[in-house]
Amino acid sequence: MATLTTHPDCVPLVSYRFGKGATNIDKYLELDGYKSARKAMELGPDAIIAEMKTSNLRGRGGAGFPTGMKWSFVPKQSAKPKYVLVNGDESEPGTCKDRLIFEHDPHAVIEGVIIAALAIQAKMGFIYLRGEYRYLIEIMEKAVADAYARGFLGKKIFGSDFDLDVVVQTGAGAYEVGEESALMESLEGKRGIPRIRPPFPAVVGLYGGPTIINNAETIATVPHIFRIGAAEYAKLGTERNGGTRLFCLSGHLVRPGVYELPMGYNLKKMIYEVGGGIPNGKKLKAVVPGGSSTPVLTADEIDIGMDFDQVGKAGSMLGSGGVVVLDETVCMVEFALRTMKFYQHESCGWCIPCREGTDWLKKSLTRLHAGGGVDKDIDNIRYLAENMLGRTFCPLGDAAAMPTIAFVKKFRKEFEDHLEGRGCPKHRAAEPEPALV
Amino acid sequence: MADVTFTVDGKKLTAPAGTLLIEACRAHGIEIPAFCYYPGLSLQAACRMCVVRIEKVPKLQTACTTPVAEGMVVVTESPEIAQARKATIELLLGNHPLDCPVCDAGGECELQDMTFKYGAHESKFVDIKNHRDEQQWSPVVYFDRPRCILCYRCVRVCGEGMDVWALGIQNRGSGSVIAPNGQDHLDCEECGMCIDICPVGALTSGTYRYKTRPWEMSHVGTVCTHCGDGCKTTLGVRRANDGMEIVRGDNRDKSGINGDFLCIKGRYGFDFANREDRLTQPLVRQPSGELKPVSWDEAIDFAGKRLRELRDARGGQTIGVIGSNRTTNEESYLLQKFARAVLGTNNIDHHRTADYPAFAAAMNGESEASLRDFASAKAVLLLGNDPTEQHPGLAWQIRTGVRLRGQHLYVANHQNIKLRRQATSFLRIRENDYAALITYLAGDDSALDRNGEAKAFRDAIRGEGSLIIVFGSEFRGSDVEALVKFGSSLPNVQLACLGDYANSRGAADMGLYPDLLPGYVPVIAAAHFAQEYGASLPSQPGLDLLQMFDAAGHGELAALYVVGANPVARYNIDPASLRNTFIVAQDLFLTETARLADVVFPAANLYEKSGSVTNTFGDLQLVKKAADRAGTRADFELIVRLAVAMGADVKQLVPFGHRGVRADMGQARGAQSGEADRHGVWLAAHHLEPKLSPFDPFAIFDEIQRLVPAYEVPRLDLLSGNDQHLRSGLVQIQHAATRRDVVWPSNDTLFTSGTLGRYSRTMSSVLESREPAETAAD
Repeated sequence: MATLTTHPDCVPLVSYRFGKGATNIDKYLELDGYKSARKAMELGPDAIIAEMKTSNLRGRGGAGFPTGMKWSFVPKQSAKPKYVLVNGDESEPGTCKDRLIFEHDPHAVIEGVIIAALAIQAKMGFIYLRGEYRYLIEIMEKAVADAYARGFLGKKIFGSDFDLDVVVQTGAGAYEVGEESALMESLEGKRGIPRIRPPFPAVVGLYGGPTIINNAETIATVPHIFRIGAAEYAKLGTERNGGTRLFCLSGHLVRPGVYELPMGYNLKKMIYEVGGGIPNGKKLKAVVPGGSSTPVLTADEIDIGMDFDQVGKAGSMLGSGGVVVLDETVCMVEFALRTMKFYQHESCGWCIPCREGTDWLKKSLTRLHAGGGVDKDIDNIRYLAENMLGRTFCPLGDAAAMPTIAFVKKFRKEFEDHLEGRGCPKHRAAEPEPALV
Repeated sequence: MADVTFTVDGKKLTAPAGTLLIEACRAHGIEIPAFCYYPGLSLQAACRMCVVRIEKVPKLQTACTTPVAEGMVVVTESPEIAQARKATIELLLGNHPLDCPVCDAGGECELQDMTFKYGAHESKFVDIKNHRDEQQWSPVVYFDRPRCILCYRCVRVCGEGMDVWALGIQNRGSGSVIAPNGQDHLDCEECGMCIDICPVGALTSGTYRYKTRPWEMSHVGTVCTHCGDGCKTTLGVRRANDGMEIVRGDNRDKSGINGDFLCIKGRYGFDFANREDRLTQPLVRQPSGELKPVSWDEAIDFAGKRLRELRDARGGQTIGVIGSNRTTNEESYLLQKFARAVLGTNNIDHHRTADYPAFAAAMNGESEASLRDFASAKAVLLLGNDPTEQHPGLAWQIRTGVRLRGQHLYVANHQNIKLRRQATSFLRIRENDYAALITYLAGDDSALDRNGEAKAFRDAIRGEGSLIIVFGSEFRGSDVEALVKFGSSLPNVQLACLGDYANSRGAADMGLYPDLLPGYVPVIAAAHFAQEYGASLPSQPGLDLLQMFDAAGHGELAALYVVGANPVARYNIDPASLRNTFIVAQDLFLTETARLADVVFPAANLYEKSGSVTNTFGDLQLVKKAADRAGTRADFELIVRLAVAMGADVKQLVPFGHRGVRADMGQARGAQSGEADRHGVWLAAHHLEPKLSPFDPFAIFDEIQRLVPAYEVPRLDLLSGNDQHLRSGLVQIQHAATRRDVVWPSNDTLFTSGTLGRYSRTMSSVLESREPAETAAD
């Protein structure tokens, strides 16, 4: 169980029921639970989608695609069954928000699925949980069972003519399966590799049926939008970036944790006020603003609002909301290596640039960090990353390439300091030079 | 679909909407490189080599997954694109071992070609390559894992193309590796398609690996000598001490009737030709009873003299001739001419594997379906046979039709044959119910008892707008007639009859029958043949193969001439019954029949001679001399020499040098004849006639074309290496029903091939490696 953190600037919307025992369905109902689903049922599909568009909710998985628009792409008539799919395969390093939702407010996810299913008239929903989140499986499955028992799922939900089944499925431990089409492959029991698009899931998705696939936070936000009203929700954020978001603050901070803040909240303020600043009087070196795949920002670049557009303008991405703070003691080569180790391990191997690129980047960075670097390595690392960017089958290649390019570009000097057999300065300091005899 | 217009590299092109950009470009001569894309297999977009720039799209796009659209503007070559491709190749070369100098694929490697084109000439990486040890997956398939570039072609051709699904992908990321689903070995049909389709040297052939360099071989396109499908195969041959040896069989020329396909026999089953125990010297039985090597002259003179004596003393009707399923049309034709005009006998037959005469009679001069017709057929009705085992080329074409064109396949069989998996409808019947099935399909409800299932089957077939009916040797005599009659009651029906061997059909067409002349002309109507042959021909039907051996048992068969056949083993003949018969045999090996012979001639096989063969669908193709074995001679030459030794007029037998006769245009010269071939094609096109020898099989081809009008196909197309379907007009005959037991199907499997397969070490090793009860991927 994660400890909950908060700050006066927090706007508890998605986290409204965190820590209040809402895993219990009665408690959930007490806290306005399943009211939004009933409301949505009265509205009907078109009005639900209109509300979603009004809310300016953008996907919380990382790409920030407007949710209402995504739902509107699903054809009204379909020969094949339609599906709602919740992407709870939260695996982006630096990101730990979905697990809090599953842990503290599982019914919000179910309620979100109900509303999405109503919007596209799907009869089946899947909640795909990250395999490593073992302790959440029980919570989620119990919540689904309780919802069935109360008639909120199953035949004729809420006494209406609408049937909806929901299944909880777990992954087998692959970051790649967080990519939506790979997730569908995995759910169908196949190898977790992405699919060729188009066709997009909204038209041909799970088992070939029209599918909406949303991040768990996105889906869990939906009931709250109907709870407080779409216009109200939109107002909480900035232009085209509705509402709040769960920011996951980690790294060198006095008070790391998950904080629900309005979209557009200032990053500098987030680090120094919400997160309590850098401990032990150290200086800030860099910030990864949106999970490990987003390009790093230097200490000078953090006076920006945290919404998709402003972070994009600063040359990075809001991503999954995982803010990783690095103080001056961090070796950026080591950090780049750690990041690349992750992507090399998680590359599905389907396409050449990602499979081979991550492997060679990891090898080069490992050697450079250990002191075996040669002059051309730094340019090579950048060359490799630049030649992966935009050339891979799915965004995983970009996710590995973008931060690498930024590391080399913004911290080239640190890379150069590793050359000529020196290796990592941090480790050099720890091991005294052998005395000359 | 309607055509759309789009621009590629500044050129306006049109293609049907929905065409993949890579295909649309290739059709217009713009080559877009790709490793993973392969026509007819599912799309991967994995290798990223086919990236192109499409206007208004931010990233480079893969041409293999992008359908053309109206107004699309595409650039396929630019510095940006070349850089993307170069970087991809650099990444591949990072781990790919640069053992090109010893790699089988060196010189015919797509990765080499791409590296050459995109100039990834600089070593970017100083780190150690990932290595994995090589594996052997079957007697014929080896996998050198580091060489693999993971294009997944092998996985797809095995699964989608072959419906075998023996290969998969293990692990992920840089640990990804192609692996057999049977853990450490392949559970498969050993077709070698995975090797064929591999763009690099990762998958290599157990029979070829590390034997030679591609450029050290001559590559000769010819026709496989095994089953009756007549697949085109390219033999790689190399000079050896005793001639030209075959080193490799493959399907580099995809223009044949087999398309992309070649099975285990076509790919590996050539090695019988290289065996040390081939006969390379004529043998004559000595008074001591031993077979002893003698000179060619001695053997031929002896055999000729003895045959002449026996003919003159006891009459031609006491001499029997048995022909082959694997000799060329010209050889079979010459053999029957020799039998009838020189020996004066109609006692001629061969190992019959299908009732072609009944089929020809029932077809009444109509043309049957070519193997190529299966590529466009809307629906196929397969009655009897198991093509996966006996006609792998046909099975491939049917599977491809079902998979890519939604062809409907209807299967009725007494066994659960594998092709039922592709069938729209499968009807299991009893082994002896095939005739009843036809009666039922023709409308007689009482003919089959299981009416419910059969009725749906019948209704579906009758609902098809066009149909190819293909049937096996389960149908003989009147069954064939009934089937053809049923076919004619449906709209747009074509038929095809399945026989077993490379030139079974040719043997039948060329008149290796006691009662039928070439073109199924009854022997009683032999007048125009007699005129052409300048000899009187026996007009009474002779003995069939079984009757000949009966006659021998009664001491009534004075002599037997066996060409490329082993009836003693095939029909279980008691050697004692042949005690009083003078036997001349010509074969590759000292077979059970040859062992009983008085004279044995070492013969060349189909890969060592030129001529033509006809597959079971009536597709006529040239075979070209690829290999050569010192000490052997083509059956054609042997027949001519024997005839001469008997005192026959050679010009009468082989009309060489006559007016209107055109030569083989150099085909007989074999692998070294590339220049001569082109020269010959030019000569033929200008109606010029090179000189001929009596041993040139094409000297007799004109005569065949005159007497068997179905064989009157454009000669030039044939010479260019194209298959030509026989014209309609096999002579209309009244055929007396054949005895059912004379047709003796061999029921070969994928790994056996009658008389030849047992001499193939590769096929034996594959057979030995398998569990006896195992059925390929079923």
